[in-house]
Amino acid sequence: MNQIIQEIEAPLIKDNVPQMNIGDTVKVFVKIVEGNKERTQGYEGVIIKRRGSGVGETITVRRVFQGIGIERVFLIHSPRVEKITVQRRGHVRRAKLYYLRKRTGKATRIKEKVTGKKDVAAAPAAEKAPAAKAEKAAPAAEKAAETAEA
Amino acid sequence: MAGQTIGLMGRKVGMTQVFDDKGLSVPVTVVKLGANVVTATRTKEKNGYTAVQVGGFETHENRLNKPAAGAFKKNNLPFLKPLKEFRVSDAAGYNVGDKLPVADILKEGMKIDVRGTSIGKGFQGTIKKFNHGRGPMSHGSKFHRSMGSIGAGTTPGRVFRGLSMPGQMGNITVTVRKLTVVKVDADKSILLVKGAVPGAEGGLLEITASQTKWN
Repeated sequence: MNQIIQEIEAPLIKDNVPQMNIGDTVKVFVKIVEGNKERTQGYEGVIIKRRGSGVGETITVRRVFQGIGIERVFLIHSPRVEKITVQRRGHVRRAKLYYLRKRTGKATRIKEKVTGKKDVAAAPAAEKAPAAKAEKAAPAAEKAAETAEA
Repeated sequence: MAGQTIGLMGRKVGMTQVFDDKGLSVPVTVVKLGANVVTATRTKEKNGYTAVQVGGFETHENRLNKPAAGAFKKNNLPFLKPLKEFRVSDAAGYNVGDKLPVADILKEGMKIDVRGTSIGKGFQGTIKKFNHGRGPMSHGSKFHRSMGSIGAGTTPGRVFRGLSMPGQMGNITVTVRKLTVVKVDADKSILLVKGAVPGAEGGLLEITASQTKWN
């Protein structure tokens, strides 16, 4: 990508986005403006698609609600997306999970990803994301582990 | 559409998106503005019209021919390319060698016209060029992508003017009017314009203030 564009995008890109992959179950906290009040709403589902790069990167999250499939596209670096937490890691063999659209009930289940010892799998799913990040930043790792225990 | 306002020259860098104060994403085109140095002025007395000649980008001497390079040397200017004239109502405020004040010309939220050369598509048929329909490609049909009839017979006995026919598509000067300035960075000479502008990345753009009531 062009360097000038990178410079423009750099301050807009969030650094607290958790590591997430296709097939993961995530909870996205979106800011919603009602009248002049603002509140946060959670939306949980499976990532079926991830596209784009830089500030324009999006994920498509699918969930089945009252028998109707809903797919929402989130701009992950948008200020309206407050936080994304990974609830469950999924093991899938596709980059786009469009096949889920044709399936219902038990057939939509996704195998949980079995991670090795190195990955901080022992931590609860919700805290996996910050813990995984701490792995990269070695000095901060101990601190994060402490907070994870607490 | 040079109008009666001074303009700036820049190059299209590419597109990205930024967020507005509500948190909504705004598609923007990034423009890198050139040097924009006044190289000459045209006056009513001397030339019959008033305009300012602006040099776009700094270049090397060997990129210019001798008369052009000589003119820059004479005025102690950096070597600039290309030169464009912008019609203004009064050229008195512009001195040769001045850099055009980007921060005064462009302000956030104002409307601008952006002019550039559209991406050339070559010689194209009417289907691509004018969104005409096509015939069946199979089942014995011999009418695939050709034009068909271009008019009636003896009456009127000619082809009407302006009939859409195959030919060169693109590579023409296109002006997009009333685009919004999202951000101006005069120090880095970078401009963010809402929406798309004509031409390929790296293409030359002319930016002038729109002749609207909103400016």
